[in-house]
Amino acid sequence: MSAALAPIPLETETITRERDALQRTWASEPGLLGWLREVNHVSIGKRYVITAFVFLLLGGLEAGVMRLQLSRPENRILNPDSYNQFFTVHGSTMMFLFAVPVMLGMGIWLVPMMIGTRNVSFPRLNAFGYYTYLFGGIVLYGAFLFNTGPDAGWFAYPPLSTAFTPGKRTDFWAQMITFTEIAALAASITLIATIFKQRAPGMTLNRIPLFVWSILVISFMVLFAMPTVAVASIFLALDRLISTHFFNAAEGGDPLLWQHMFWFFGHPEVYIIFIPGLGFVSHIVATFTRRPVFGYPMMVLSLVATAFMGFALWVHHMFATPLPQLGQSFFTAASTVIAIPTGVQIFCWIATIAAGRPRYATPFLFVLGFFIVFTIGGLTGVMVASVPFDLQVHDTYFVVAHFHYVLIGGALFPLLGAIYYWFPKFSGRLMSETLGKWHFWLLLIGVNVTFFPMHLLGYMGMPRRVYTYLPETGWGPLNSLASAGAGIIVVAMLIFAWNVFSSWRNGDVAGPNPWGADTLEWATESPPAPYNFAHIPVVQSPAPLWEASGTMPVVTGMRTDVREVLISSVMDAHPCGKHEHPGPSIWPFLTSVCVALYFVPVIFTPWGAVLGTVAVLAGAAGWGLPHATSSKPLPAPGSMYKDEPLTPEAAR
Amino acid sequence: MREDIFHPGGPLAREVARFGGFLHVVSAAVFGLVMIALVLALVRRAPVSERGMRRGVALATSLTVATLFVFLVYDLSVGRTTGRAPSRGRQLTVIGHQYWWEVHYNDSFPSRQVITANEIVVPVGEPVRLELQSHDVIHSFWVPSLRGKKDLVPGHTATTWFQADTPGIYRGQCAEFCGHQHAKMALFVTAVSPDSFVSWYKGQQAVPPAPSDSLRAEGLKVFLTTTCATCHNIAGTPASGTAGPDLSHVGSRMYLAAGTLKNTPGNMAGWIMDPGAYKVGSKMPSHYGTLTDRQVRAIAAYLEGLR
Repeated sequence: MSAALAPIPLETETITRERDALQRTWASEPGLLGWLREVNHVSIGKRYVITAFVFLLLGGLEAGVMRLQLSRPENRILNPDSYNQFFTVHGSTMMFLFAVPVMLGMGIWLVPMMIGTRNVSFPRLNAFGYYTYLFGGIVLYGAFLFNTGPDAGWFAYPPLSTAFTPGKRTDFWAQMITFTEIAALAASITLIATIFKQRAPGMTLNRIPLFVWSILVISFMVLFAMPTVAVASIFLALDRLISTHFFNAAEGGDPLLWQHMFWFFGHPEVYIIFIPGLGFVSHIVATFTRRPVFGYPMMVLSLVATAFMGFALWVHHMFATPLPQLGQSFFTAASTVIAIPTGVQIFCWIATIAAGRPRYATPFLFVLGFFIVFTIGGLTGVMVASVPFDLQVHDTYFVVAHFHYVLIGGALFPLLGAIYYWFPKFSGRLMSETLGKWHFWLLLIGVNVTFFPMHLLGYMGMPRRVYTYLPETGWGPLNSLASAGAGIIVVAMLIFAWNVFSSWRNGDVAGPNPWGADTLEWATESPPAPYNFAHIPVVQSPAPLWEASGTMPVVTGMRTDVREVLISSVMDAHPCGKHEHPGPSIWPFLTSVCVALYFVPVIFTPWGAVLGTVAVLAGAAGWGLPHATSSKPLPAPGSMYKDEPLTPEAAR
Repeated sequence: MREDIFHPGGPLAREVARFGGFLHVVSAAVFGLVMIALVLALVRRAPVSERGMRRGVALATSLTVATLFVFLVYDLSVGRTTGRAPSRGRQLTVIGHQYWWEVHYNDSFPSRQVITANEIVVPVGEPVRLELQSHDVIHSFWVPSLRGKKDLVPGHTATTWFQADTPGIYRGQCAEFCGHQHAKMALFVTAVSPDSFVSWYKGQQAVPPAPSDSLRAEGLKVFLTTTCATCHNIAGTPASGTAGPDLSHVGSRMYLAAGTLKNTPGNMAGWIMDPGAYKVGSKMPSHYGTLTDRQVRAIAAYLEGLR
């Protein structure tokens, strides 16, 4: 499809002129200052994804060291003090610094291209979110580097995380949480507004690509889940800093209050992580079977249903606590029912494959891996929904196995598939298929060799979060096997890293649409120009690139001299206005620094709150300073739509 | 020694193991069916029609709902039988400490009460009711072959129960992360015949005999005159500390330091001299420099005699 160019129409020169103007208006500024002032979604999204992969590497290294420590009984590679820091930082990294940011980052990068707009709504808020996330990560790893890594678990149950962990370790953890939650909220608000108000004309609700739906759904989940944990982490910090006694049983507080608040966030968090994974799977299945995913309305409703139900099962993390049994049964029922929407989606994908023509490219292989690994994780998930069974396996290696199957199967496999799939759009080059296949098979084997034995270790009584075990427990052989599996995963991920590195430099040039896919991001160049589309496309079907016959209508009359985006209605995506976006600004970065000036000093003294309040107000004031908007007159309104060749290369 | 949820030693764990077996069969069947469907979808000769897809998805969804319904009903019935606490049975209080278990055999006569640590001896065939409390952070009581977990939460008193039907030693371990030595916080349930239980219980109620030789007498003297007595209790002596485990009958226990070391005089001496060498972060202080080798050997000999 990439090569199918329509004859270049007469207005080539006009188009070239328009493109030059757009390029001038939207281009990134050079230099370090330009980098810090950047507000384009492509750049911010890339930064999110690359930063998150750096944290994946760090979290993976921590896991590797832990597997070495556990490879035999009474090993002495890590002492308990370091082991507790390692597993806490590993969990916190994977949840807060990798999984959520990478999904939101993919959303920030992809959504505007998929819905046919030039940038996200609130571009500066978006940049602010990225820096805040980055600072959260730096705070955690800065502390870890100086032996002040948190050591009370990524779940930080009081009173272990309050009165029983003196020093500043848990404080750094609590502040990292607050940083990343602010970032996640900023990203979600941005994405919701973008998806609701900036869709290309004609992209009605029932034509929104499934990945965009998944991002919309998780953005709403973030809005409801993250404030709970942000409040909880602030309570925790206050308990530690000025003895507020929220969680102190001796003074009328309750440690279980923390668990409720934490898991009210913590369970939806799992869905926040793998729902975008389901979105990736839908696109990869559609492209590599060459037909739209079967049952679009069911797919969308399943995502929405999962999101609602995801908030009704947090108590299944607390079955062993002293809570009444009747109440627990409701949470068992909810935890069981949530398997249905996920099941429906799996069946729809299998049906789609049965009706299509599968092509075994690397992204599709990762989707097949997703089916295998995620189904196992889902089945053990139903098992742990049962109170009596869960009481036996809760907090054991069975649960470690379960959620690694869910998250690796449901989020990592689809994400890696998505990287292979969208890498051409990202870099302009294709990744190596040979290396991709090595990566896939080694990862699939490595994951199963590492995590399958852990189910059995849980049955044999091995609790989670132990830095070692005695030889007479008999847990040695299976642990050695799991550690060997971790070695295979390391090799697989090294191959992946090499593939990214070498393909970025020397990969085959991809062209706009190397896979022959159906969604709008493939209608622009690879990598896209900073303005994404020379003309905003008009969508006439759920699979615009498959159903357009050579040309597709576009919107004209958009200004090229200012950063203007088209605003459309929420339901039907009728064009209803044009909006001028703000350009590059240093204030998001500076305000984020001010936020850090609040959160980091309060770790050491309550006076930090005074300093921080002044700093944040100053940052906000600077951000809010009136800035000149364009005073240039609007161009004469012409016809909104016109036909243009499908691929933008054609217009060059 | 048993420690496996699929090698039950009592009715609760047996019920759950049976249910677990059912879950394995169903899960394996569902996984198999999904994989078969996937492979068929990949290798079928002609693409499936729209109607075929609709039928397939409807059938699979109905099967899922039906399976989950059966699961839910079975689960609730297992939950009812295992959740109901018996009205009879011996009452114990278990208090979690960083990183050991304090065990009280409650009795309306204080003099008949027995206090021990990390090892619970019970008669077979009789329910044992537990009241669970925590002295510091959250711990979780779990003996895989006997029953599932129950958390010990500060400010809450949890109740649970178990019953051992087969004599034997059942190992368990703290299941809620509780700090540095969460890994070395084991407990043992020893199920014995009712007769042996009665004689064990009598032995534990008795005041331990006075030291029988000069080394042990010296051990008692050192115990009482140095820091030991501030944390540990020994019945019949002035030592009445409560911060550490009650040592009145420590010689009768299988392990030291919550399952960390076998209870031998050598291990006892090593443990007293430098607990950190075996269990870093243990609240027991090191005695390098404060006690001589001979003093430590004397204390160990004395304690090993407390049976």
